[in-house]
Amino acid sequence: MAKVTELLINGVKYSVDVDGAASLLSVLRDDLDLVGSKYGCGEGQCGACTVLLGGAPRRSCITPVGDAARKPITTIEGLEKDGQLHPVQQAFLDEGVMQCGYCTSGMIMTAVGMLKVHPDPTEEEIAHFLEGHICRCGTYPRIIAAVRRAAKGLQEVRL
Amino acid sequence: MKAPNNSSTQLEPERYELSAPPAYHFGLPRRDFFKVLGGGIVVFCLLDSPLAGQEAGLARRRPDESLPHDIAAWLHVNENGEVTVCTGKVEVGQNIRTSLTQAVAEELSIAPGSIHLLMGDTDHVPFDMGTFGSRTTPTMNPQLRRAASAAREALIDLAGEAWNVDPAKLVAASGAVTDPETQRTASYAELTKGRELAKAIPAEDPLTAAAQWKVMGKPLAKVTGRDIVTGRHRYPSDIKLPGMLYGKVLRPPTFGATLTSLDTHGADAIPGVTVVHDGNFVGVAAPSPRLAESALAALGATWKSPPQPSGDELFEYLKKNVEQGEDRDRHVIGSMEKGLADARLRLEQTYTVAYIAHAPLEPRAAVAEWKDGKLSVWTGTQRPFGVRGELAEAFRLPEDRVRVVMPDMGSGYGGKHTGEAAVEAARLAQAAHQPVKLVWTREEEFTWAYFRPAGVIEVSAGVSSDGAITAWEFHNYNSGAAAIGTLYNIPNQLIEFHAVKSPLRQGSYRSLAAAANHFARESFMDELAHLAKMDPLEFRLRNLTDPRLREALEAAAQKFGWGQAKPQTGHGFGIAGGFDKNGYVATCAEVAVDPATGRVKVVRVVTAFDCGAVVNPDQLRNQIEGANIMGIGGALFEAIKFENGRILNPHFAQYRVPRFSDAPAMEVVLIDRKDVPSAGAGETPIVGIAPAIGNAIFAATGKRRRALPMAPEGV
Repeated sequence: MAKVTELLINGVKYSVDVDGAASLLSVLRDDLDLVGSKYGCGEGQCGACTVLLGGAPRRSCITPVGDAARKPITTIEGLEKDGQLHPVQQAFLDEGVMQCGYCTSGMIMTAVGMLKVHPDPTEEEIAHFLEGHICRCGTYPRIIAAVRRAAKGLQEVRL
Repeated sequence: MKAPNNSSTQLEPERYELSAPPAYHFGLPRRDFFKVLGGGIVVFCLLDSPLAGQEAGLARRRPDESLPHDIAAWLHVNENGEVTVCTGKVEVGQNIRTSLTQAVAEELSIAPGSIHLLMGDTDHVPFDMGTFGSRTTPTMNPQLRRAASAAREALIDLAGEAWNVDPAKLVAASGAVTDPETQRTASYAELTKGRELAKAIPAEDPLTAAAQWKVMGKPLAKVTGRDIVTGRHRYPSDIKLPGMLYGKVLRPPTFGATLTSLDTHGADAIPGVTVVHDGNFVGVAAPSPRLAESALAALGATWKSPPQPSGDELFEYLKKNVEQGEDRDRHVIGSMEKGLADARLRLEQTYTVAYIAHAPLEPRAAVAEWKDGKLSVWTGTQRPFGVRGELAEAFRLPEDRVRVVMPDMGSGYGGKHTGEAAVEAARLAQAAHQPVKLVWTREEEFTWAYFRPAGVIEVSAGVSSDGAITAWEFHNYNSGAAAIGTLYNIPNQLIEFHAVKSPLRQGSYRSLAAAANHFARESFMDELAHLAKMDPLEFRLRNLTDPRLREALEAAAQKFGWGQAKPQTGHGFGIAGGFDKNGYVATCAEVAVDPATGRVKVVRVVTAFDCGAVVNPDQLRNQIEGANIMGIGGALFEAIKFENGRILNPHFAQYRVPRFSDAPAMEVVLIDRKDVPSAGAGETPIVGIAPAIGNAIFAATGKRRRALPMAPEGV
């Protein structure tokens, strides 16, 4: 696969020099030290590595970096703006979601991507969207509550 | 067992040993300490109770050896009024960084935000056996409170001295000491300015009673929450060092395999790659993870594998391979013959539990660096000092030449007591002369970590005509002896654990064997209740006087509406109760069984839990909810499949763990006992869920499931 020399991540252009077949997750973590996206399985089965590619949630561990080269990439590091947390991040804090927190960034990224296209999901819809994510600590009900809370907050902003 | 070694290059706690210290001891040799931390007040919490000694690994010394005083933890208030607390306990998702912060905030009367906990760095924290057994809340929490309380007293005394006022008249609040008479006030920063005070305290200093708690007993959000939601927190697998290489280890095709030949030509030809071959260990280090993978793939190895047991013969194997020895764990009360003679009804059943995987979402990871003859390893483990010992042994180093640092990690559940990745990364780094990072793949974690033990449990009992259990015999093969005893009042008992040489590598798992023993015991109690034609709750209460377990059962039943509504068609209700590690739990579950597929869905769970005085109710609820969800996996579908030394399902696509759709509606009833010391809560809540589900499946379908997992393909 062709070399990738530039990536647009969180609005910043990064110079890289990697084979396009390398996984996006590996480039983020190992080449660019953006380690907020996590390795959980390397097989797209757990969701810990999820980033937004062109605004849509993608499993970065099974996404060749070549596929990500011409689209804006958003990682967990890019959600906070001027010290202000994204409403989904804030909702995870407000609902006291985290135990170990290792799954959190992937959960948040999928939730952010989902709320863009489904601004008012039910609890069942949230569970369905996040079904591909594993929280081994079992905080699922709190994650659903957090996403509901964030959805409500975002809607109030729009109204 | 080796005595714990507390020495380090910067702190030498043994120099601070005191037996019955005066209120202040300014003559302590404290310069090293303050050089590192700056001025202020430091309080050492001495370990001198037998319980505390056990925690620090001293209990296994010969009884005639006098136990030296040792330090459990220490606390420093610096000249800015900020507090640093050092403890060997580690944060693995149980949120003790938060609950211990509350403990210090409570006794030191200071905002939690001013407190920093330094945890699990073997060069900087006192020795600790490890973070397991739900021990942090009953032991480390009071120790830190004592240290904080002593620091508060020292600060009050400083203010009293400065103002020439009786310290007894002064109060500490919100990080300052105030004289209520004159309203004069001084912040902790003002009081510690220019000071270098050291104080050592025994473990018996008085503590604030739970009823008077202001910070403990209330929710406090996870103190590192913001770092986690922003991705800033660095887990062990996120650590990066300058010039670091990436490692890979060549795994044998089966357990117990021996390397018979190795061809490294292909890997050696890749620039920048170091190949290490040391006995059965083969690994590579390379400048990038992709190169390391290429180098690994280029190795040509042949192995010789011994034949070994497979999953389909597991339970037969466990029964046939009991280890004979003096260590038999046997507990007898009364006489089984008499008890059975007194019975009108008799029953015996066999239960089995599968090997299951912890599957922490962060797999084992380590970064190792050799520098000036000293080895430093950042790794995820519940036993940093244990891993330091493993490294010292593997590389024949004294322990003070090894440092293990444990950043708050991506969970463990009892599955990360060991240091495999640390040893492997260190071996690669030693050969490559550069730091090496090694992160296990998911497949490696599923295969080369260790498992929750499988087991066979045989139970038999007799019940009298009035519903009293007269005899109880319980045999556990291999799964473990934790919570093997029963709290029910039974005059004749024979309870025995039989150790077996396990076909697979096995070890601790959340609650150890308490979950398996409760599954068998509480399923069997349900069977006995049905045999005696009694309501399962009524039957339990008929045979139980323990007030705390009774209260838990009644609280859960009431919240659940036990005995009120009837389940709808295809649904069933189940109840189970239990006790372990000073926690009392009762769980009610409602399941729905799909008539077409037999798929079992846990619809609703109510858990009542009594772990003494509640330290942080919201985090406690979180632990209980999480234990229920994790427990649903082991109850219904998790099982490691293996054949002749190979794991057959080492991927999340093949080994099903609970997901969003498996989460039931949950209610938690906290029984907050302000009059009882706080017990740990990360483990015990898990013991009730599997039997409650099994009993509910029976209620729904009339089918009794006696094997965990109960419904991998439905019932």
